Amino acid sequence: MPAPIVLGTAVLPIRTAEDVVRVRQATRENAVAQGFNLVEQTKLVTAASELARNTIDHGEGGEVRIERLADLARKGLRLTFSDQGPGIEDIEQALKDGFSTGNGLGLGLSGARRLSNEFSLDSAPGQGTRVMIARWR
Amino acid sequence: MDRIPILKLDDFLLVTIQVDMHDRLAMQLQDDLTARIVAARARGVLIDISTLEIVDSFIGRMISNIAGMARVLDAETVVVGMQPAVAITLVELGLSLEGVRTALNVDKGMALLRQRTYEESRI
Repeated sequence: MPAPIVLGTAVLPIRTAEDVVRVRQATRENAVAQGFNLVEQTKLVTAASELARNTIDHGEGGEVRIERLADLARKGLRLTFSDQGPGIEDIEQALKDGFSTGNGLGLGLSGARRLSNEFSLDSAPGQGTRVMIARWR
Repeated sequence: MDRIPILKLDDFLLVTIQVDMHDRLAMQLQDDLTARIVAARARGVLIDISTLEIVDSFIGRMISNIAGMARVLDAETVVVGMQPAVAITLVELGLSLEGVRTALNVDKGMALLRQRTYEESRI
Protein backbone atom coordinates (compact mmCIF):
# COMPACT_ATOMS: atom_id res chain seq x y z
CA MET A 1 0.00 0.00 0.00
CA PRO A 2 1.51 3.37 -0.96
CA ALA A 3 1.82 5.99 1.78
CA PRO A 4 -1.24 8.22 2.09
CA ILE A 5 -1.23 11.70 0.59
CA VAL A 6 -1.47 14.60 3.04
CA LEU A 7 -4.25 16.89 1.81
CA GLY A 8 -3.80 19.52 4.48
CA THR A 9 -2.02 20.16 7.75
CA ALA A 10 -2.70 22.36 10.75
CA VAL A 11 -0.58 22.72 13.87
CA LEU A 12 -2.14 24.02 17.08
CA PRO A 13 -0.46 24.81 20.40
CA ILE A 14 -1.73 23.06 23.54
CA ARG A 15 -0.90 25.12 26.60
CA THR A 16 -4.19 26.05 28.27
CA ALA A 17 -7.65 24.61 28.96
CA GLU A 18 -8.96 26.89 26.19
CA ASP A 19 -6.46 25.34 23.77
CA VAL A 20 -8.03 21.94 24.48
CA VAL A 21 -11.39 23.35 23.36
CA ARG A 22 -9.75 24.75 20.20
CA VAL A 23 -8.20 21.33 19.45
CA ARG A 24 -11.66 19.76 19.77
CA GLN A 25 -13.13 22.33 17.40
CA ALA A 26 -10.34 21.97 14.83
CA THR A 27 -10.64 18.18 14.98
CA ARG A 28 -14.39 18.43 14.38
CA GLU A 29 -13.93 20.79 11.40
CA ASN A 30 -11.34 18.53 9.80
CA ALA A 31 -13.40 15.40 10.44
CA VAL A 32 -16.40 17.05 8.77
CA ALA A 33 -14.22 18.12 5.84
CA GLN A 34 -13.10 14.51 5.41
CA GLY A 35 -16.69 13.31 5.34
CA PHE A 36 -16.76 11.36 8.60
CA ASN A 37 -20.24 10.63 9.95
CA LEU A 38 -21.42 12.01 13.29
CA VAL A 39 -20.43 8.97 15.38
CA GLU A 40 -16.95 8.91 13.80
CA GLN A 41 -16.58 12.66 14.32
CA THR A 42 -17.57 12.28 17.96
CA LYS A 43 -15.06 9.48 18.51
CA LEU A 44 -12.27 11.54 16.93
CA VAL A 45 -13.12 14.68 18.89
CA THR A 46 -13.37 12.75 22.16
CA ALA A 47 -10.02 11.03 21.57
CA ALA A 48 -8.47 14.42 20.67
CA SER A 49 -9.83 15.92 23.88
CA GLU A 50 -8.30 13.17 26.02
CA LEU A 51 -4.90 13.42 24.34
CA ALA A 52 -4.84 17.22 24.37
CA ARG A 53 -5.54 17.19 28.10
CA ASN A 54 -2.78 14.61 28.61
CA THR A 55 -0.39 16.91 26.74
CA ILE A 56 -1.01 19.58 29.38
CA ASP A 57 -1.38 17.40 32.48
CA HIS A 58 1.49 15.03 31.84
CA GLY A 59 3.62 16.67 29.14
CA GLU A 60 3.75 20.29 30.39
CA GLY A 61 2.11 21.44 27.17
CA GLY A 62 2.99 20.89 23.54
CA GLU A 63 1.21 20.85 20.20
CA VAL A 64 -0.96 18.81 17.89
CA ARG A 65 -0.50 18.28 14.18
CA ILE A 66 -3.77 17.61 12.38
CA GLU A 67 -3.42 16.00 8.94
CA ARG A 68 -6.14 15.25 6.42
CA LEU A 69 -5.13 12.12 4.56
CA ALA A 70 -6.18 10.26 1.45
CA ASP A 71 -4.99 7.09 -0.20
CA LEU A 72 -6.42 5.32 -3.24
CA ALA A 73 -9.50 4.02 -1.47
CA ARG A 74 -9.98 5.97 1.72
CA LYS A 75 -9.95 9.30 3.49
CA GLY A 76 -8.51 9.69 6.92
CA LEU A 77 -7.58 12.02 9.71
CA ARG A 78 -4.35 11.77 11.65
CA LEU A 79 -3.61 13.61 14.88
CA THR A 80 -0.12 13.70 16.35
CA PHE A 81 0.28 15.09 19.87
CA SER A 82 3.81 15.89 20.96
CA ASP A 83 5.32 17.36 24.07
CA GLN A 84 8.77 17.81 25.61
CA GLY A 85 7.64 16.74 29.06
CA PRO A 86 9.10 14.11 31.37
CA GLY A 87 8.06 11.21 29.14
CA ILE A 88 6.53 7.89 30.10
CA GLU A 89 8.55 5.35 32.04
CA ASP A 90 6.34 2.28 31.64
CA ILE A 91 4.38 2.50 28.39
CA GLU A 92 2.57 -0.79 28.90
CA GLN A 93 1.30 0.35 32.26
CA ALA A 94 0.31 3.77 30.88
CA LEU A 95 -1.92 2.07 28.32
CA LYS A 96 -3.88 0.11 30.92
CA ASP A 97 -7.43 1.13 31.75
CA GLY A 98 -7.60 2.85 35.09
CA PHE A 99 -3.89 3.56 35.40
CA SER A 100 -3.28 7.20 36.20
CA THR A 101 -0.43 9.26 37.55
CA GLY A 102 -2.62 12.35 37.55
CA ASN A 103 -6.01 12.84 39.15
CA GLY A 104 -8.06 11.57 36.22
CA LEU A 105 -9.77 8.27 35.61
CA GLY A 106 -6.88 6.76 33.71
CA LEU A 107 -8.98 6.37 30.57
CA GLY A 108 -7.27 8.99 28.42
CA LEU A 109 -4.67 6.94 26.58
CA SER A 110 -6.46 3.60 26.56
CA GLY A 111 -9.76 5.26 25.63
CA ALA A 112 -8.22 7.29 22.80
CA ARG A 113 -6.68 4.09 21.48
CA ARG A 114 -10.04 2.30 21.46
CA LEU A 115 -11.66 5.24 19.66
CA SER A 116 -9.09 5.14 16.83
CA ASN A 117 -8.16 2.81 13.97
CA GLU A 118 -4.44 3.46 14.32
CA PHE A 119 -2.49 4.30 17.41
CA SER A 120 1.16 4.72 18.23
CA LEU A 121 3.00 5.98 21.26
CA ASP A 122 6.65 7.02 21.38
CA SER A 123 8.06 8.09 24.68
CA ALA A 124 11.03 7.68 26.96
CA PRO A 125 11.97 9.31 30.27
CA GLY A 126 13.34 12.78 29.54
CA GLN A 127 12.51 12.50 25.84
CA GLY A 128 8.95 13.80 25.78
CA THR A 129 5.97 11.97 24.35
CA ARG A 130 4.45 11.60 20.90
CA VAL A 131 1.02 10.04 20.49
CA MET A 132 -0.45 9.45 17.03
CA ILE A 133 -4.03 8.42 16.31
CA ALA A 134 -5.76 8.03 12.96
CA ARG A 135 -9.20 7.09 11.73
CA TRP A 136 -10.16 6.08 8.20
CA ARG A 137 -13.42 5.99 6.33
CA MET B 1 -14.98 34.46 34.47
CA ASP B 2 -17.64 32.52 32.55
CA ARG B 3 -20.22 30.56 34.47
CA ILE B 4 -22.92 28.11 33.51
CA PRO B 5 -26.25 29.44 34.78
CA ILE B 6 -28.16 27.39 37.34
CA LEU B 7 -31.95 27.85 37.42
CA LYS B 8 -34.20 27.00 40.35
CA LEU B 9 -37.66 25.53 39.79
CA ASP B 10 -39.62 24.49 42.88
CA ASP B 11 -37.32 22.12 44.78
CA PHE B 12 -35.07 21.49 41.81
CA LEU B 13 -32.03 23.00 40.15
CA LEU B 14 -31.80 22.99 36.36
CA VAL B 15 -28.63 23.30 34.33
CA THR B 16 -28.35 23.35 30.57
CA ILE B 17 -24.81 23.03 29.32
CA GLN B 18 -24.78 24.87 26.01
CA VAL B 19 -21.11 25.65 25.53
CA ASP B 20 -18.06 23.57 24.78
CA MET B 21 -16.78 23.60 28.36
CA HIS B 22 -13.12 23.92 29.13
CA ASP B 23 -12.00 22.07 32.23
CA ARG B 24 -12.01 25.03 34.61
CA LEU B 25 -15.57 25.87 33.62
CA ALA B 26 -16.60 22.28 34.38
CA MET B 27 -14.95 22.46 37.81
CA GLN B 28 -16.66 25.81 38.45
CA LEU B 29 -20.04 24.27 37.65
CA GLN B 30 -19.35 21.42 40.05
CA ASP B 31 -18.56 23.88 42.86
CA ASP B 32 -21.46 26.20 42.04
CA LEU B 33 -23.99 23.38 41.93
CA THR B 34 -22.89 21.92 45.24
CA ALA B 35 -23.18 25.33 46.90
CA ARG B 36 -26.59 25.98 45.34
CA ILE B 37 -27.98 22.60 46.45
CA VAL B 38 -27.35 23.62 50.03
CA ALA B 39 -28.38 27.28 49.66
CA ALA B 40 -31.62 26.43 47.83
CA ARG B 41 -32.29 23.26 49.83
CA ALA B 42 -32.75 21.54 46.51
CA ARG B 43 -34.06 17.99 46.37
CA GLY B 44 -32.97 17.32 42.83
CA VAL B 45 -30.62 18.44 40.06
CA LEU B 46 -31.41 18.09 36.39
CA ILE B 47 -28.51 18.46 33.96
CA ASP B 48 -29.46 18.83 30.31
CA ILE B 49 -26.60 17.81 28.03
CA SER B 50 -28.59 17.65 24.79
CA THR B 51 -26.35 20.22 23.11
CA LEU B 52 -23.08 18.68 24.33
CA GLU B 53 -21.18 17.28 21.38
CA ILE B 54 -18.84 15.12 23.42
CA VAL B 55 -18.49 13.77 26.93
CA ASP B 56 -14.88 12.89 27.59
CA SER B 57 -13.44 11.39 30.75
CA PHE B 58 -13.10 14.78 32.42
CA ILE B 59 -16.71 15.83 31.85
CA GLY B 60 -17.82 12.30 32.71
CA ARG B 61 -15.99 12.51 36.00
CA MET B 62 -17.53 15.92 36.69
CA ILE B 63 -21.02 14.49 36.13
CA SER B 64 -20.28 11.56 38.44
CA ASN B 65 -18.85 13.91 41.06
CA ILE B 66 -21.92 16.16 40.94
CA ALA B 67 -24.21 13.15 41.36
CA GLY B 68 -22.12 11.85 44.25
CA MET B 69 -21.95 15.19 46.06
CA ALA B 70 -25.66 15.79 45.49
CA ARG B 71 -26.48 12.37 46.96
CA VAL B 72 -24.53 13.15 50.09
CA LEU B 73 -26.52 16.39 50.32
CA ASP B 74 -29.79 14.44 49.95
CA ALA B 75 -30.48 15.49 46.36
CA GLU B 76 -31.00 13.32 43.33
CA THR B 77 -29.24 14.02 39.99
CA VAL B 78 -30.68 13.19 36.60
CA VAL B 79 -28.75 13.71 33.36
CA VAL B 80 -30.97 14.14 30.33
CA GLY B 81 -30.73 14.43 26.57
CA MET B 82 -27.49 12.64 25.79
CA GLN B 83 -27.01 12.41 22.02
CA PRO B 84 -26.73 8.88 20.60
CA ALA B 85 -23.27 9.53 19.13
CA VAL B 86 -22.11 10.74 22.55
CA ALA B 87 -23.52 7.64 24.26
CA ILE B 88 -21.78 5.31 21.79
CA THR B 89 -18.47 7.09 22.24
CA LEU B 90 -18.78 7.26 26.02
CA VAL B 91 -19.17 3.50 26.33
CA GLU B 92 -16.31 2.80 23.93
CA LEU B 93 -14.13 5.24 25.87
CA GLY B 94 -14.78 3.10 28.94
CA LEU B 95 -17.04 5.40 30.98
CA SER B 96 -20.20 4.06 32.54
CA LEU B 97 -21.39 7.08 34.59
CA GLU B 98 -22.11 4.75 37.48
CA GLY B 99 -24.51 6.07 40.05
CA VAL B 100 -25.88 8.69 37.65
CA ARG B 101 -29.55 8.48 36.71
CA THR B 102 -30.36 9.34 33.12
CA ALA B 103 -33.52 10.15 31.20
CA LEU B 104 -34.19 10.73 27.53
CA ASN B 105 -35.41 14.29 27.83
CA VAL B 106 -36.20 17.11 30.26
CA ASP B 107 -39.85 16.02 30.71
CA LYS B 108 -38.90 12.51 31.71
CA GLY B 109 -36.08 13.74 33.90
CA MET B 110 -38.39 16.13 35.76
CA ALA B 111 -40.94 13.33 36.18
CA LEU B 112 -38.23 11.16 37.78
CA LEU B 113 -37.26 13.89 40.22
CA ARG B 114 -40.89 14.73 41.11
CA GLN B 115 -41.69 11.07 41.65
CA ARG B 116 -38.88 10.81 44.15
CA THR B 117 -39.93 13.82 46.18
CA TYR B 118 -43.57 12.68 46.05
CA GLU B 119 -42.69 9.24 47.34
CA GLU B 120 -40.66 10.71 50.17
CA SER B 121 -43.43 13.09 51.17
CA ARG B 122 -45.67 10.07 51.82
CA ILE B 123 -43.28 8.45 54.26
